[in-house]
Amino acid sequence: MDLYEVFIRSKQGLHHKHVGSLHAADSEIALENARDVYTRRSEGISIWVVKSKDISASDPEDQDALFQPARDKIYRHPTFYKLPDDVKNI
Amino acid sequence: MSENTLHLQYILHLADDSLILGHRLSEWCGHGPTLEQDIALTNLALDLVGQARYLFQHAATIDDQGLTEDDLAYFRDVPEFRNHLLVELPNGDFGFTVLRHFLWSTFRLMYYKALSDSSDGQIVSIAKRSCKELAYHCKFSSTWLYRLGLGTETSHRKVRDAVDLIWPYTGEFFELSSYEGALLESKIALDPMTLVSDWRSVVHKTLNDVNIPIPEIRWSQTGGKNGRHTEHLGHVLAEMQFVQRAYPGLEW
Repeated sequence: MDLYEVFIRSKQGLHHKHVGSLHAADSEIALENARDVYTRRSEGISIWVVKSKDISASDPEDQDALFQPARDKIYRHPTFYKLPDDVKNI
Repeated sequence: MSENTLHLQYILHLADDSLILGHRLSEWCGHGPTLEQDIALTNLALDLVGQARYLFQHAATIDDQGLTEDDLAYFRDVPEFRNHLLVELPNGDFGFTVLRHFLWSTFRLMYYKALSDSSDGQIVSIAKRSCKELAYHCKFSSTWLYRLGLGTETSHRKVRDAVDLIWPYTGEFFELSSYEGALLESKIALDPMTLVSDWRSVVHKTLNDVNIPIPEIRWSQTGGKNGRHTEHLGHVLAEMQFVQRAYPGLEW
């Protein structure tokens, strides 16, 4: 059986979010399993499953090279203005 | 028998199927072939126990002896249960459980859809609500039936053996009990025989797709709808009813 990563969209307008993984023999069963394992408490309205082996991941060894340079560039953060109360998800 | 008693019997028949099959599925908890299927089977069990509760609550309003839903579930003995024999059979292996669930949920979904014309409004709304859950039960069990039937030699053989074992019990789906017969005119119940050709065409197609022949069995094992059960139901009740029998009225 293959390992699948599961992504759930919790409501309309939000993006799919990684929630965990599971084993399944094919993608149809993986979707059913994801429904049964990860949406039992009304967590979602849409499910994506993708084989874990199809994901290309960054190498932990490259952490410094990839992410260190962003740390001292505080001006890239959109934190210098006020967010209206009505805007919940940004 | 008064119309009220017949009506009660009928609702108990519907409720008992859900309760007993729900209990059977709950026995898979901790024993599923994989963690994912373990949770899936438990979800199906919870759906059915939930459906049984709605039906028992409805039955309690029709019963004139002041019984509650718990009394109906926990304090009736074997001859008072009205479920199909099929649902009380032991789970067997995963293939047996999947096949039984496919045959039963296919029937039940068609049955509930047809009940949308019932003159008992409460049954109509319970049936309507249950259809959404049962549609998933059909999907889940048929997905697995294809995987097992077209899978390995072993999985195919197990499902094929299960078909031979289960087949004689499916005839009871279409048997008209005395209480159903008596409730036809008032349109509370329906004649299950009206569903037989639809059910057969779905089931035959699926089994045909997975290269399993329909057994040439012409007799049916029946009796459950009238309270004559296999030896297995007593064991189910012994476990399911133990706490309420030992500590009547216990709450948690």
